[in-house]
Amino acid sequence: MSEEKTVDIESMSAKDALGYFLPKVDEDARKAKKEGRLVCWSASVAPPEFCTAMDIAIVYPETHAAGIGARHGAPAMLEVAENKGYNQDICSYCRVNMGYMELIKQEALTGKTPEVLKNSPASPIPLPDVVLTCNNICNTLLKWYENLAKELNVPLINIDVPFNHEFPVTKHAKQYIVGEFKHAISQLEELCGRPFDYEKFFEVQKQTQRSIAAWNKIATYFKYKPSPLNGFDLFNYMGLAVAARSLNYSEITFNKFLKELDEKVANKKWAFGDNEKSRVIWEGIAVWIALGHTFKELKGQGALMTGSAYPGMWDVSYEPGNLESMAEAYSRTYINCCLEQRGAVLEKVVRDGKCDGLIMHQNRSCKNMSLLNNEGGQRVQKNLGVPYVIFDGDQTDARNFSEAQFDTRVEALTEMMADKKASEGGNH
Amino acid sequence: MSQIDELISKFQEVSNHPQKTVLNYKQQGKRLVGMMPYYAPEEIVYAAGCLPVGMFGAQKPQIAAARTYLPPFACSLMQADMELQLNGTYDCLDAVIFSVPCDTLRCMSQKWHGKAPVIVFTHPQNRKIRPAVDFLKAEYEHVRAELERILGVKISDLAIQEAINVYNENRRAMREFCDVAAQYPQIFTPVKRHDVIKARWFMDKAEHTALIRQLIDAVKKEPVQPWNGKKVVLSGIMAEPDEFLDIFNEFNIAVVADDLAQESRQFRTDVPSGIDPLEQLAQQWQDFDGCPLALNPDKPRGQMLIDMTKKYKADAVVVCMMRFCDPEEFDYPIYKPEFEEAGVRYTVLDLDIESPSLEQLRTRIQAFSEIL
Repeated sequence: MSEEKTVDIESMSAKDALGYFLPKVDEDARKAKKEGRLVCWSASVAPPEFCTAMDIAIVYPETHAAGIGARHGAPAMLEVAENKGYNQDICSYCRVNMGYMELIKQEALTGKTPEVLKNSPASPIPLPDVVLTCNNICNTLLKWYENLAKELNVPLINIDVPFNHEFPVTKHAKQYIVGEFKHAISQLEELCGRPFDYEKFFEVQKQTQRSIAAWNKIATYFKYKPSPLNGFDLFNYMGLAVAARSLNYSEITFNKFLKELDEKVANKKWAFGDNEKSRVIWEGIAVWIALGHTFKELKGQGALMTGSAYPGMWDVSYEPGNLESMAEAYSRTYINCCLEQRGAVLEKVVRDGKCDGLIMHQNRSCKNMSLLNNEGGQRVQKNLGVPYVIFDGDQTDARNFSEAQFDTRVEALTEMMADKKASEGGNH
Repeated sequence: MSQIDELISKFQEVSNHPQKTVLNYKQQGKRLVGMMPYYAPEEIVYAAGCLPVGMFGAQKPQIAAARTYLPPFACSLMQADMELQLNGTYDCLDAVIFSVPCDTLRCMSQKWHGKAPVIVFTHPQNRKIRPAVDFLKAEYEHVRAELERILGVKISDLAIQEAINVYNENRRAMREFCDVAAQYPQIFTPVKRHDVIKARWFMDKAEHTALIRQLIDAVKKEPVQPWNGKKVVLSGIMAEPDEFLDIFNEFNIAVVADDLAQESRQFRTDVPSGIDPLEQLAQQWQDFDGCPLALNPDKPRGQMLIDMTKKYKADAVVVCMMRFCDPEEFDYPIYKPEFEEAGVRYTVLDLDIESPSLEQLRTRIQAFSEIL
């Protein structure tokens, strides 16, 4: 708290606030560990409300891995994990995390910092006392956290949200998830040695809703054409939606960002200036290892990203105090749903972002986000007349991404979009 | 032909010609319900008077049309199943049941290209808590209701209880068969053992059990001979094609037990008795362990395999690693050090049912047999 007094958050820009708060999440965890408080490692769309209510610091291996990837530190971690037996077919976020975990485990056991870790650009995070998973974005997160719990001999809190082969979420699925919430509460009570703090839990739920409301509002700025908002910024700010949605860090930052967006609209300051030639939706996880390249290539074509269903996964809007509503929110993630619902979400993002084209990441690390790309793309093309392309890539393993192929696909999409506009009677 | 050979050839006829077998049933008026891997409740289908039919791909399938619908990093089992949907092999099915325990299956369940209507259900993965049983029971109610709607039948609790009895009897017989087969590696080459087990995917379970009982009785009359070769336990999703298993035979290696999703994982856990059949079926999922598709943070699979090598006096565990099957791949870094600590020898063979690299596998198996 004393630290916050010395930092002038009020006068920070949104970008500065992001730069301040995102590393602070890891810093808070290091501090907690030092003070003997508990640390949890959590899946990115698992509910943090329970741990936060019990004053457990949370760090997010997926965000951590993305950060390592963006700073080009992934290959060293991948190598450690692969030497341990993690197959190259396994999600690269997981392999980066397993490599990192192995190194800090060795460090804890021997008291010596392994060379690979010394040379890594990874933000230091402490070993967890508990791990929390939720498969609302993939079943890989079940296996990943099952292994973490075993390797580190720590409890696993598992919020299993069954795949919604029917939509809306069924009553019995919600009841099961509520049962799991209650089980998680008893696990935390045992771990912390004190009763669950329901009052704080309610406050944390309310905080989460304020953060999420601000997060959701950001994406509404895609309604402007030209757009003041560059979709790649969502990838950057998403770090806080993941890691700090139950803290005020995200609410403060997102509100700053919203204010800046309002100013941009008022001053007609558009993301690409006068060069917004087309608008595209990006489907799938960002290619963190080539974020700069993918952005520049699109920008070079005047193609502004004005939508992505991916950041919308953190739209966990629910009614505080109502566990069934919370269960529904964490379960309805679009990639946890049948194709009908998944397609409907995709179409909505295309419409809301006034998109001309769809670029889909066939992600070698994410079967769940890739294996229905064709079907999703075809649906958007058929129903909205919007063309799509698919490129091969990976979120954090550079061996699976080719800049040249990406560029070619973007050029093809640009041509298709231009042809369509021409056939519809020129630019409009 | 001895009685044993005759019986084994009956199983092999089924395993080698699954389509012909199930079409025979269809001609006799039985409707066919496809069971996508993994662990769909066959008993409900059986209680509807239908034949549950296994859908574990095919022997060395020619993948062509499936390439349009799946990227190369989907496992070859799902590639094969996609191809069989597209080429009409599965057109004989009256319904298909999908479970979705891995990311590939989640997506596969949403892109079925066959003619039969599809029923999807989800297994809970927080398996050991009571709400998981309630959830799965409700999912099985959905399966029952959908089957009733599609097939125009009524599936009573009593019929499901009877089906549970038939299936548990088959499970007991199969466990006994595996134990007996381990004593007679001269009779049960790896392929023959596999075929006897595989046949249960295409036969009425009561008929399969009766034949298995005859086989066990006939084999038990034979004297147990000393085995001068090596003995292994297979673990993984499946061990096909037959040419792969033949390599073990070539190097005098017997399969004395398995932990395969297509084989023993199907019958190592009985459905408990009770008064609510769907709840009993749900409890079976709670009791089941050792498969990477059934979450358990205790990760008991390594110890289970270590115990199996002891029980069957096996020389090693052979991991049949289905390429691109990440649930299986996730277990490996956990049981590997456990094997090493327990002094259990093991090898990992990458399997792709479409293009199995048989020469490479032969070299690996030969080298491994020499080490043993």
